[in-house]
Amino acid sequence: MAERMDEVTVANRQAPVIEPGYTFGTVTDKISSIVLNRPTSTGWFIGFGIGFMVTMMLLFALGYLFAKGVGIWGINIPVGWGFAIVNFVWWIGIGHAGTLISAILLLLRQSWRNSINRFAEAMTLFAVAAAGIFPLVHTGRPWLAYWMVPYPNTMQYWPQFRSPLIWDVFAVSTYFTISLLFWFVGLIPDLATLRDRAESRWAQMIYGILAMGWRGSARHWHRYETMYLLLAGLATPLVLSVHTVVSFDFAIGIVSGWHTTIFPPYFVAGAIYSGFAMVLMLAIPIRKIYGLEDFITDRHLQNSAKVMLATGWIVAYGYGIEAFMGWYSGNRNDTFLMWNRLHGPYAILYWSLLLCNIAIPQVLWIRKLRTSPVALFFISLVILVGMWLERFVIVVMSLHRDFLTSSWGMYYPTRWDWMTYIGTIGMFLTAMFLFVRILPMISIFEMRTLLPEAEVKPE
Amino acid sequence: MKTTPIYGIMAEFDSASDLVAAARKTHEAGYRKIDAYSPFPVEELAEAIGFHKNRVPLVTLIGGIIGGGSGYLMQYWMNVDSYPVVIGGKPYHSWPAFIVPTFELTILFAGIFAVLGMLALNGLPMPYHPVFNVPRFAMATKDRFFLIVFSTDPKYKPAEVRQFLENLGPRSISEVPS
Repeated sequence: MAERMDEVTVANRQAPVIEPGYTFGTVTDKISSIVLNRPTSTGWFIGFGIGFMVTMMLLFALGYLFAKGVGIWGINIPVGWGFAIVNFVWWIGIGHAGTLISAILLLLRQSWRNSINRFAEAMTLFAVAAAGIFPLVHTGRPWLAYWMVPYPNTMQYWPQFRSPLIWDVFAVSTYFTISLLFWFVGLIPDLATLRDRAESRWAQMIYGILAMGWRGSARHWHRYETMYLLLAGLATPLVLSVHTVVSFDFAIGIVSGWHTTIFPPYFVAGAIYSGFAMVLMLAIPIRKIYGLEDFITDRHLQNSAKVMLATGWIVAYGYGIEAFMGWYSGNRNDTFLMWNRLHGPYAILYWSLLLCNIAIPQVLWIRKLRTSPVALFFISLVILVGMWLERFVIVVMSLHRDFLTSSWGMYYPTRWDWMTYIGTIGMFLTAMFLFVRILPMISIFEMRTLLPEAEVKPE
Repeated sequence: MKTTPIYGIMAEFDSASDLVAAARKTHEAGYRKIDAYSPFPVEELAEAIGFHKNRVPLVTLIGGIIGGGSGYLMQYWMNVDSYPVVIGGKPYHSWPAFIVPTFELTILFAGIFAVLGMLALNGLPMPYHPVFNVPRFAMATKDRFFLIVFSTDPKYKPAEVRQFLENLGPRSISEVPS
């Protein structure tokens, strides 16, 4: 955060992280007026309305699920995991970009992160919330899900901690809690700004309560900065551990295609890959609609594209190692799994995955496309589809033809599977719409630190 | 004026540099009960007002130790002592499997302690504070910088403090009623 915008710009000879000419006052006005002064547009209501209706569809699908049970889904033996786990892993993966941007890029002193960390963190929270629905309802009796938590009970029973599924409970709930804390404490100084600038009594009171009486004292800032740095240091191994633990759900099992040591790094890279794709898919329309091109500049788009290019290659390496191990292990089942991916009944999905995740994103090597918002938006969409296919390939294609040919089968999602999946996208969008309307989507105080006038001149 | 007790005298500055310079001079002049307010973290400011004792790292460490220690012991007690079940032929005390929840609980507790510790040490939440009585203080969360000398300072004499702050070249000076 200490780094100033002019130094960064000169050093890299790139688009600046914030366009010149802004002052503390204009940065504050520009971001806070989106929440406080700008009239809610018709477009916002339409977008929110669509998201809300899709959320209602989710509730309908879940309500029917609670009434009927998981039999309404396409899952059966041999494929018992299906869409629920595919979507869980997909959403959790998307949720990785927020904490990566806030924590890891903070520790690496990448000051360009300051304008995208806030809404990336919000995106993380909503994505993890969407992810959390799936394993919960997939248990079949979600009203007993609290049994996974160690609490004293009359059954005199305790969870057993040798199961990766219990690790998941701890990893995902910790990740959600820490992400929420990180996001909320990051908001406190900005909530104080909104409190002091709001004109309506209600807004003053609500923002005032949330700001908890923040007044920007030097003592407070000092402790705050220490806490923020420590939290970033804690969140960094945490974000890497979450998808590692999710990959353990697979890697600890003996099913071909799951039982491999490449899974943790390859899952984490894939998570960051899809997370940045989602950040771009949100950032590109948001900056256009709210006129924030001066804060979310081409530099941000380009840097995110580079991160996607790099993590995309780690993912490609993972696919390569899977194929190589299928051959090199000499294990008949592993070899068959690879054959089945390339030529089996779901082969079209595997080839689409290679197309979406490896082939198409290579156009990001072209500088012109890296700085073109429209191109990036569609490439990000392709990557998100590709990452979803990856989870489908891993979950379904490994299970549907395992060791005994007599137990082979096919998996087809039902309309309830699709409604639940699309419903969570609606829930995610609804939450994002609410977020950009009622909270500052860019961290105002961190943007102030990027301005040249923030520098303290030596006497 | 005499009826309302005074909480302190506050000076307003235009830039972070001016505030740091002023805070440094005030501290050097022997005032100890002072504070400075800025709309974003200014690294030099804590130093300038003579604030060094920061116990947030200690609190975080304590949280991490409590989380990790209790997390491991909880798993040990539950799976070895209270409810031993053989799973996959593994020993009751399968410590490698216990590492993951131990790690997660370490992070969870350290993070919660860091945030709550920061808030508690800062005395937040505190919805009312005398400095909010100064109307111009609303700018402290936008683009203005403030320095205050509290009336509890041993050297505090209203006229002298006001004169001293006047000499630092502030934009304005206000009395803060408590």
